[in-house]
Amino acid sequence: MANLTINGKTINVDVEDDTPLLWAIRENVGLTGTKYGCGIALCGACTVHVDGVAMRSCGVTVSEAVGKQITTIEGLASNGALHKVQQAWVANDVPQCGYCQSGMIMAVAALLNEKPKPTDQDINEAITNICRCGTFQQVREAIHAAASA
Amino acid sequence: MNKHVTPKLNRRTFVIGTAAAGAGLALGLDIPFGGPKVVRAADGSPEVNVWVVIRPDNTTVVRVARSEMGQGTLTGLAQLVAEELECDWSKVVTEYPTPGQSVARKRAWGDFSTGGSRGIRSSQDYVRKGGATARVMLIQAAANEWKVPASECTAANSIITHTPSGRTTTYGKVVEAAAKLEPPADVKLKDPKDWKIAGKGLKRLDTVEKTTGAMIYGADVKLPGMLNAAIKDCPVFGGKLKSYDEAKIAGMKGIKKVVKVGDSAVAVVADTWWHAKTALDALPIAWDEGENAKVSSESIANWLAEGLDNAQPAYIGNQNGDAKAAIASAVKKVEAVYNYPYQNHATMEPMNATALYTPDKCEVWCGTQNGEAAFAATLEASGLPAEKCEVHKLILGGGFGRRGMTDYVRQAVLIAKEMPGTPVKLLWSREEDMAQGKFHPVTQCKMTGAFDADNNLTALHVRLSGQSILYTVRPAALVNGMDTAAFQGLSPSGDAAIGYSVPNLLVEHSMRNPHVPPGFWRGVNVNQNAIYMECFMDELAHSVGQDPVEFRRKLMSKHPKHLAVLNAVAEKIGWGKPAPQGVYRGIAQVMGYGSYVAGAAEISVIDDGKIKVHRIVASTDPGYIVNPAQVERQIAGSFVYGLSALFYGGCTVKDGKIEQTNFDTYDSMRIAAMPKVECVMVPSGGFWGGVGEPTIGVAAPAVLNAYFAATGKRIRSVPLKDQNITFA
Repeated sequence: MANLTINGKTINVDVEDDTPLLWAIRENVGLTGTKYGCGIALCGACTVHVDGVAMRSCGVTVSEAVGKQITTIEGLASNGALHKVQQAWVANDVPQCGYCQSGMIMAVAALLNEKPKPTDQDINEAITNICRCGTFQQVREAIHAAASA
Repeated sequence: MNKHVTPKLNRRTFVIGTAAAGAGLALGLDIPFGGPKVVRAADGSPEVNVWVVIRPDNTTVVRVARSEMGQGTLTGLAQLVAEELECDWSKVVTEYPTPGQSVARKRAWGDFSTGGSRGIRSSQDYVRKGGATARVMLIQAAANEWKVPASECTAANSIITHTPSGRTTTYGKVVEAAAKLEPPADVKLKDPKDWKIAGKGLKRLDTVEKTTGAMIYGADVKLPGMLNAAIKDCPVFGGKLKSYDEAKIAGMKGIKKVVKVGDSAVAVVADTWWHAKTALDALPIAWDEGENAKVSSESIANWLAEGLDNAQPAYIGNQNGDAKAAIASAVKKVEAVYNYPYQNHATMEPMNATALYTPDKCEVWCGTQNGEAAFAATLEASGLPAEKCEVHKLILGGGFGRRGMTDYVRQAVLIAKEMPGTPVKLLWSREEDMAQGKFHPVTQCKMTGAFDADNNLTALHVRLSGQSILYTVRPAALVNGMDTAAFQGLSPSGDAAIGYSVPNLLVEHSMRNPHVPPGFWRGVNVNQNAIYMECFMDELAHSVGQDPVEFRRKLMSKHPKHLAVLNAVAEKIGWGKPAPQGVYRGIAQVMGYGSYVAGAAEISVIDDGKIKVHRIVASTDPGYIVNPAQVERQIAGSFVYGLSALFYGGCTVKDGKIEQTNFDTYDSMRIAAMPKVECVMVPSGGFWGGVGEPTIGVAAPAVLNAYFAATGKRIRSVPLKDQNITFA
């Protein structure tokens, strides 16, 4: 049993302490926007914010997440308005299959918190999510668009 | 109906909605007072025909039978229907008809298969007619109400106008009457040059849900009382499950059942997938691996190499003149041996399907590239007849050909059959997805060219050796044993025709089928055939001191469409003009899936081993372009997929098993390596070619030829990581 604070709400989840946060979010809390891609913290499809930092939730245990503020893709919009990264994603028609995009958007939102006007080099270093459809050209354009929004 | 793109969709209503549809409630026949039949959608709105439902508020529901896996077909097909329908694009939503409904209505929606870049090109004619037919019926209904000739009425933006009087009405108001009319026997389609909705780079219809986490993929399905399953199939293909020691995992949390699946796999069913996977990892399993456990990449390579010997039998895919004789008597001969490895699709969403079985009904929820094939697999695995089965298609987290196969559907049904009345979601781990792929086949190729004394290419011999996909996947499609698809890009004619005329040509295939199961992998045989042909063309040109573009042009005079895209790319990349300092260029062209494509790369190389791809120029002539913005994205994406395979890909075999287990051993390109991709679209009209796949063919050869230009070193083997070459 653990109390997780996800998208501003504290939720009691009945899982073992070493359960990956990803699976607690998806199966116990029921928020499926956070995706499973590799389970070894490589692909980034499961990226969420833990105390504002982009983390791959398959590599974080529930016990490590207790007491932290967790934000998932479902909690990125506020007051009914999409986050500026989501808006830029819609405006630039970024997703193809879309499966990696929750993680991609969460990684970008964290990057813009840290570096509001990232250079291409900043993007190359910070955004290491895998996208098999190959949306990177639109991702880069949308990051710059969000940064100047 | 599976409504995947509706304005106010939330997860709960989605799942309940699809469950209800599965119970057969989506469609009903409404025969008031013995009048004409009206078929109604789940919400009661009438169908004008199978492609078009119009709601009273003027929302147009376009039915799309092909699957959306990121390639944009969902939006493109809706554009084509809307174009002919003359409806208000801002009020268009889409729905998947289910395979069960289609079967019950005599395949009303035609082919569901979404592969071979066919999504649009193979259905454009009948979906456009569906839109046009509906428009004629809606106009007729309005004319009947006004008691005026239909010829005096026009339609635009879902509004019908009687031109002489200026009276107007809407599609939503006349749809009930229109749905009762006889459809016109024939309709005239618009000339594409008059398109207003099609042909435009309109925004995709599925983007918002894909940015908010709301889109439901197969892996996200939730049903009341649902359990979760993790599975392990014998890692040696063709092997069997010998035994497993269930007692060793007894008492682990959440386990509900351990199930033998077919004769080669075992699944653990638990309350959560994490519990199922954890228990499966702890389950001792013994396999009967069989003879295939002796196979390795080395043994496969040796077997294929034997097939390069002309003395071995081979199927002839293309021939003119006498290439062998011309080579034997040539003044100058050039020879090179190439190879291309197995590749895994590695869709971001691993394979999965959810099944609910009772003796009276079997329902499946899954992402599939072929709803009808998934339906057939459901029938077979459940043992139930068609009227007791249904498949609910979901948006795919990537397909690339992998989800045209139905192995995961069959497994889900077999597991659910062991737990009647309980829905079970089967999700493969990434490791299972890597181990149990349907792999891009392995091939080798010996290329031989011959020149006369004036450096004219007099003969070309392409000797392919390797695996056939059709032999395993679709044996009925073999022609007297020959896999004609093995010659993609090298065929004498058709939608994958060679772009060169050589006086003496021989293209042949020595078929050798290792035990590793093959599958259609984005671009399929165009991938390696374009490397073999286009890299060798570069070799031939350099061997006689000619410019690679000029060299090709001399062989392409009878192939004007191939030549046009090559010229378009050459011009845009600045071929023949100086490149920036330290930057080198390579170029390639091929035809596949009915489209002519070419690509050029600008790269620089650091220390021989690090390649920076600065810029890609790609051109395509697919005949017609339905959504240029999506075509651009498909082209850019195909380079990511193609270059990932070139640099990082390659699946190897040891002890009969695939060695790569996850993205740590089968890496994929990241944004840092992404070059700028510029597209030159030159649609010439008069034919419909595909978009999702063809351009992947030119990705690797363009970069490999640029690498030669930069270093003088020829690379004839993929992946580059095996030669210590990586992205800079």
